[in-house]
Amino acid sequence: MFSNFDLQKFIFGRLTLEAIPYHEPILVATFIAVAIGGLAVLALVTRFRLWGYLWTEWFTSVDHKKIGIMYIILAIIMLLRGFADAIMMRIQQAIAFNGNEGYLNPHHYDQIFTAHGVIMIFFVAMPFVTGFMNYVVPLQIGARDVSFPFLNNFSFWMTTAGAVIIMMSLFVGEFARTGWLAYPPLSGADYSPGVGVDYYIWGLQVAGVGTTLSGINLIATIVKMRAPGMSFMKMPVFTWTSLCTNVLIVATFPVLTATLALLSLDRYAGTNFFTNDLGGNPMMYVNLIWIWGHPEVYILVLPAFGIFSEVVATFCGKRLFGYASMVYATVVITILSYIVWLHHFFTMGSGASVNAFFGITTMIISIPTGAKMFNWLFTMYRGRIRYELPMYWTIGFMVTFVIGGMTGVLLAVPPADFVLHNSLFLIAHFHNVIIGGVLFGLMAGIVYWWPKAFGYKLDMFWGKMSFWFWQIGFFFAFMPLYVLGLMGVTRRVSQFEDPSLQIWFIIAAFGAALIAIGIASFIIQLVVSFLRRDQLRETSGDPWNARTLEWSTSSPPPDYNFAFTPVVHDHDSWWDMKNRGYERPLTGFRPIHMPKNTGTGIILSGISVALAFGLIWYMWWLAAVSFVALIAVAIGHTFNYRRDFYIPADVVTATEDKRSALLEKQA
Amino acid sequence: MLSARFLTVLPLLLLSGCDLVVMSPSGDIANQQANLILVSTFLMLLIIVPVIFLTLYFAWHYRRSNSTAKYDPDWHHSTRLEVVIWSAPLAIIIALGAITWISTHKLDPYRPLDRLDAERPIPADARPLTVEVVALDWKWLFFYPDYGIATVNELAAPVDVPINFKITASSVMNSFYIPALAGQIYAMPGMQTRLHAVINKPGEFEGFSANYSGDGFSHMRFKFHGLDQQGFDGWIARVKQTGTALNRDTYLKLEKPSEREPVRYYSSVENGLYEAVLNLCATPGKMCMSEMMHIDMMGGAGKESAENRERLEYDNRHAKSGAETPGATFPATGTPARSEEDSNSTVGTSVQEGHQGHDMQNMNHDGHSMPGMDDNSGDPAPTQLNN
Repeated sequence: MFSNFDLQKFIFGRLTLEAIPYHEPILVATFIAVAIGGLAVLALVTRFRLWGYLWTEWFTSVDHKKIGIMYIILAIIMLLRGFADAIMMRIQQAIAFNGNEGYLNPHHYDQIFTAHGVIMIFFVAMPFVTGFMNYVVPLQIGARDVSFPFLNNFSFWMTTAGAVIIMMSLFVGEFARTGWLAYPPLSGADYSPGVGVDYYIWGLQVAGVGTTLSGINLIATIVKMRAPGMSFMKMPVFTWTSLCTNVLIVATFPVLTATLALLSLDRYAGTNFFTNDLGGNPMMYVNLIWIWGHPEVYILVLPAFGIFSEVVATFCGKRLFGYASMVYATVVITILSYIVWLHHFFTMGSGASVNAFFGITTMIISIPTGAKMFNWLFTMYRGRIRYELPMYWTIGFMVTFVIGGMTGVLLAVPPADFVLHNSLFLIAHFHNVIIGGVLFGLMAGIVYWWPKAFGYKLDMFWGKMSFWFWQIGFFFAFMPLYVLGLMGVTRRVSQFEDPSLQIWFIIAAFGAALIAIGIASFIIQLVVSFLRRDQLRETSGDPWNARTLEWSTSSPPPDYNFAFTPVVHDHDSWWDMKNRGYERPLTGFRPIHMPKNTGTGIILSGISVALAFGLIWYMWWLAAVSFVALIAVAIGHTFNYRRDFYIPADVVTATEDKRSALLEKQA
Repeated sequence: MLSARFLTVLPLLLLSGCDLVVMSPSGDIANQQANLILVSTFLMLLIIVPVIFLTLYFAWHYRRSNSTAKYDPDWHHSTRLEVVIWSAPLAIIIALGAITWISTHKLDPYRPLDRLDAERPIPADARPLTVEVVALDWKWLFFYPDYGIATVNELAAPVDVPINFKITASSVMNSFYIPALAGQIYAMPGMQTRLHAVINKPGEFEGFSANYSGDGFSHMRFKFHGLDQQGFDGWIARVKQTGTALNRDTYLKLEKPSEREPVRYYSSVENGLYEAVLNLCATPGKMCMSEMMHIDMMGGAGKESAENRERLEYDNRHAKSGAETPGATFPATGTPARSEEDSNSTVGTSVQEGHQGHDMQNMNHDGHSMPGMDDNSGDPAPTQLNN
């Protein structure tokens, strides 16, 4: 039985030295840059003795504010990776003409567009959105933390583990070459036998655990932990959109998990769910993945809509127009998003009636979305608009997003989709709504809530630079793609024959360069603002004269958020409190019950990375050991009884007195 | 409607420098689809233009420095306005929804044509041309059952004759798309999709796969020739004259992954080859899906079905015959993920890794395996089906 036992194979599975892409100059250079950068960061952290601080104050923290910030840091780091992929594609497509093969062979190019899609959706947009919901929702509803603080920490680390797994594929083995949704049969064991698709599967499965659990956590938080008096129809709009988004997450991510589990059974166990032969049905996968995939679009965009609603009302100095209709529109979008998935594959030969049904349901979504647009519009009407940075992004969004919405409805007409499906017109459309909608919303959110999180405003000049380069760069980068789509150019092509297309790709590459300046300006903005933080300092806790509860506490908020739980009477509760002459309580503080930090989340996440690595490379011993360890640590954690503590009353008093002093100095 | 058309065409005219084939195609179906794009865009602009205009106007007018603008911080509800903002998009969507329902049925690719173009109905004696399309890795194979010929990477059709496409694929999903002729439809293995179209102008048009299918996808292009009847007859004659025979052996060689295949002509085609490709049984000894489905329909073959398992395996054919599978690189093949990779190389050594699920002990029995015959000597002889 052990006669042909191969020790190397047992230990390393299918991992050999050949898996390290040292023959790829681009990857070697990237690796060197990443290694130097990484070592520099590690050295600095060690030099300034920050390891203990990071571990106790951040990595093991169960504070929703810190976890929210960590989510957003993860998103920004991954944005740089995803954008690097984007710019590589733009350069390749701009030069690969007239027999010039460009600088990326298909093998590399195909990994890049797959990685770009996966990273931008799962590891940029999702952590951004989850980060904002984490940070803002408990503050907006007057809570001290989320319902399950440890679960929150665990969710964050699982998302990070997924990102780590995806990033590993850059330097060990390869990533999937299937497109970001990995349609079988191409993603099956027979047509993609390498490790690429396995990296994809396990990266998403591990991150999916985090996303689903965080969805459950936030639903419980919103439903159970609202301040007294805050009925559903008095909730801030961002909290409403967060609630709907988390309902979508909890209802759809299990579908993704199950679909990918079936695909991994096909790949690992030789089942035939999605194969061509033996009764498999690849179209089933396409249906299932889009039953997750379409609601996913709304998971991303609803919180962005929520951010715009907060920003518009605040900077117009006016109550949001049509609050109730805004809420109903959000709920209607949530429900409708489940019955439109087939519009992603009208061209797979469903009958005319099926196509027409899904086309029309898709169009119906534009009605509540249109109503939202009008609500923001009429909030501006008779307002007094202050042009701070969040408002720039909001106006930019309103102008840009409607164009993307229009092309989206156009694509919902099945016969029109037959000529535009998979074309660069489609690419332009969804970047139009994801950049113009989601990303602009997230940028607005960063400049809006930054003073709350860090106690100083962001620099205006670099903020405007970032906005204008993003906005103009977007038009340069994606309007040419609309044109190319109408010229019959399809997506994911790495080399072209028709020279008349080249000029449009060059314009698009120029646009990508402008966006790169926009991203650089954003980073500079963060650095400059940090350096000038004393000039930009704001001590009032309410720099924008805003309307919701998070602005009633200090900036940054104390660990316990609110010394006393606020009582809510109106849906713009802080505005209402200010109008009725609210006075901060100065005495009578009591000890506050808080959850305790734990390292279990980061440990479980590390073990998950090992488990995924073992499964990807067929190192079965590693997979088995880490699986057992995962279960053991999880069970072990249930015996941790030191999970809470009290902030003593005198600490609370001291914190609040410090704030009183600050407020007095300002007044 | 004319002015409407003009308004929407205007921005497109600015782009007249380039060839917007989707908006100015040469076939009636694609033409109707282009018109549909214009009409829908116009309908939506009715609401988009005012919204953009109002956004910019309000943003300007209600700026803080404009003290003449009215400021009403508590104005947040107006039933009349609410009715308008919900019903205006609703009205547009009702109109667009009606157009969608009708056009989706009228332009259903499965529906036979009822006209050659806007002016001419189908002549009573018209005989449609049937073309069977197979998307291979990474080239296109076209069968002309009416003429008994086949071609690779070149398609031709007479002008003003309805074309009846039957479409399938050999390995992974592709999409069959000739923008000048008609909208696309997926080509999927083991399944057949349909497309009805007609070309109205002679010319040479681009065709390609519009769904990513692996390494050679970028070059999965072909020329589509719209020819007058005489030219088409000449083209058929040329294929017959210069072509070779296409039988299962040549098909199986052709089917292996390859890139930038030149145009090829086949003057004769083995009987039933397209059906065999569609049913995943072009390899001798394999059971056709249709046969299995028939057995299932008749109530199934009980435990004996297990004997057919190997004959129904299809996806592992490349690995079995020693050819590299389309998406295979390291570690499945030992071919490292390097830049200067010869994509046509076939590596037959370590392909078996990564196929854990399939029985890799079986030898390749191309060409000499008969139904019911099994070279896995350890297995019992299969019992007869349906006795």
